Amino acid sequence: MAKPKVAIFSMACCAGCALQIVNLEEKILDLVGAVDVVEWQEGLSEKSGGNYDIAIIEGSVITEKEAEELKEIRKTAKIVIAIGACAHTGGINCLGNHISVEEKKSIVYGNDAEKIDGLKDAIQPRPLSAVIKINATVPGCPINKNELVEAVKCLLLGKAFRLPNYPVCFECALKENGCLFDLNIVCLGPITRAGCEAACPSMNKECNGCRGWIDDPNQNAAKDILEKYGLNIEDMKNKFTLFNSYIKEGE
Amino acid sequence: MHNNKDMKIHVENVTRVEGHGIIDIEIKNGEVTKCLWKIPETARYFEAMVRGRRYDEIAGITSRVCGICSIGHHTASQKATENAFGITISPQTEKFRKLLMHAENFQSHILHTLYLVLPDLLGMKSVVEVAMACSNETKIVTRLHGLGNEMSALIGGRTTHPITSILGGFTKLPSEKELEDMRKKLLASLNDYFAVVELLEKLATKIPIFTRETEYISLKDNTDYAILNGNLYSSDNGFYSNTVYRNVMNEFCVPHSTAKFTKNTRDSFMVGALARFNNNHDTLRPLALKVAEKLELKAPCHNPFMNSVAQVIEIAHSIEDSIFLIQEILDEGIQKEHLKDIYNRADSAIKAGEGIGIVEVPRGLLIHNYKYDEKGLVIEANCVIPTNMNHWNIQYDLEKLIPELLKQGKTKEEIQLTCEMNVRAYDPCISCSVHEMRLVNMDWK
Repeated sequence: MAKPKVAIFSMACCAGCALQIVNLEEKILDLVGAVDVVEWQEGLSEKSGGNYDIAIIEGSVITEKEAEELKEIRKTAKIVIAIGACAHTGGINCLGNHISVEEKKSIVYGNDAEKIDGLKDAIQPRPLSAVIKINATVPGCPINKNELVEAVKCLLLGKAFRLPNYPVCFECALKENGCLFDLNIVCLGPITRAGCEAACPSMNKECNGCRGWIDDPNQNAAKDILEKYGLNIEDMKNKFTLFNSYIKEGE
Repeated sequence: MHNNKDMKIHVENVTRVEGHGIIDIEIKNGEVTKCLWKIPETARYFEAMVRGRRYDEIAGITSRVCGICSIGHHTASQKATENAFGITISPQTEKFRKLLMHAENFQSHILHTLYLVLPDLLGMKSVVEVAMACSNETKIVTRLHGLGNEMSALIGGRTTHPITSILGGFTKLPSEKELEDMRKKLLASLNDYFAVVELLEKLATKIPIFTRETEYISLKDNTDYAILNGNLYSSDNGFYSNTVYRNVMNEFCVPHSTAKFTKNTRDSFMVGALARFNNNHDTLRPLALKVAEKLELKAPCHNPFMNSVAQVIEIAHSIEDSIFLIQEILDEGIQKEHLKDIYNRADSAIKAGEGIGIVEVPRGLLIHNYKYDEKGLVIEANCVIPTNMNHWNIQYDLEKLIPELLKQGKTKEEIQLTCEMNVRAYDPCISCSVHEMRLVNMDWK
């Protein structure tokens, strides 16, 4: 039986999620044994051009050209997995979406903006799902590499890959961490989707919401926590915009 | 006989580099009529992202400029904010930060030299091919890479985008036992490292011989191989004050690139491992100097292809210096601070002002510069990235390299490969270089 063909693509991002694939270290050799990595610009020389069983894509869409490339990948890939906050929610890339594209160009390049070819088709940054249909998402900034391996396994076996639908607080409590709210630190654990193994709070650093909302965030519970500690809901909302600033057009 | 008088080479995009870059060459009647190193990568406008954000979020935002040197960005950013607020860090924090920088340098250099450059030297297309053909060597390489990552995670809380390092200190430190274990692992890793050096020694003849003298810019600290502290230093012009970095960088735009380019007193300058080696080799740890001798790298070296060799030498320095740093920390005993005090250090220091943070990351000099308002919100930001500094140097290399290759009677395929190898030697991180922030009307007093 032919090995499944996997391609890895980078849109606009820091490339840190694809790096987590390299960070599988010895396990990457098993992966290379189980699947055929046919396209990966940053890791390989070959370009294969299509018919992927799985396309793994990191990054946001921030130009017309990228949007077209993404649609082409979709046409030729059976399964598309969005990895990382940039692909999932638009992530950090959308932090400046309250400023128009033209204004951003002018802030960054001044009068030179007009003459630079690569800036002509810039659009407001958006997640992959704003352009194409996604079959599975591995959230986070960066992704939890174990979760990606799990997703690839499930999808290759034809099973659905499901993300946990409970907040980071659950995982944090399981680890018996102290609560950062006790130090008057606003933590996004109560409203953010788990699956990161409470990476940040376990290091005494507040959750920054990089994995996005849980399906039905119990905002009242979050409000109760804030009230209990005398903290401001605006602080929490503002903090959450760090990775969750993207607003669909028309909303 | 092949005809190398007329050819077009268009590589879009150069593989085994981070991000998107294009080589565009045209040769007519044996003359180079077009030679361009183009950066079409899409701009991400980080300046717009950080504007109005709070001081304690900035390192976490700007580390997302680059996943490969996230620790460097995070640290440069913290230094800039601490500089603006007048926060000083303890000697212990300084040591842990340096360990974190070493871990990233180590990891990134392994990634570049062994995953991305080695296939060229072996005449192979990718690390996957290398993995199939040389499984023992590949195991050594993944083990070393893994150790670099393990060290990043031990100090920073995870391999990419550090968690524990905040303004003024660390939210969590490893235990003495964990540090001692890491010290032992670093010592043990030297066997793997020496195997890598042996391998490279055998392949050294595959590195193209090419010379183009340029200006080499790095941080310099007279007593230490500078990565975390020091002042700007040019091989042509000596020391500069860090506060005048803009006059050294002289950023400018060209139509074919979204990345900004830089130059100082020559047409271009180079940053990175080779620049550091040329400027600071006398402060390398003894083991690194021995490896330099073995791999026949002598300062000053004007062959940019030797940047990868300089990186291998720096790996030895990072391993040895880390072993010493851990020993010092253990001898002094880890000083624990109350979490609230660490968080308070920045909260109680907020003031309007401006700060600069400069560090050496795997690819070279990295500069962060912010202006804050009295609430600690960013008004303006600027960040100058090593890959940007090197883009123009790559351009000038290619302009000298291609006519030389033509004279040597090289085929189109050979010329293309050598040009790609030239780009790869710089270990460019193109996503980084189009992060794009800009300094707007920042007045220095």
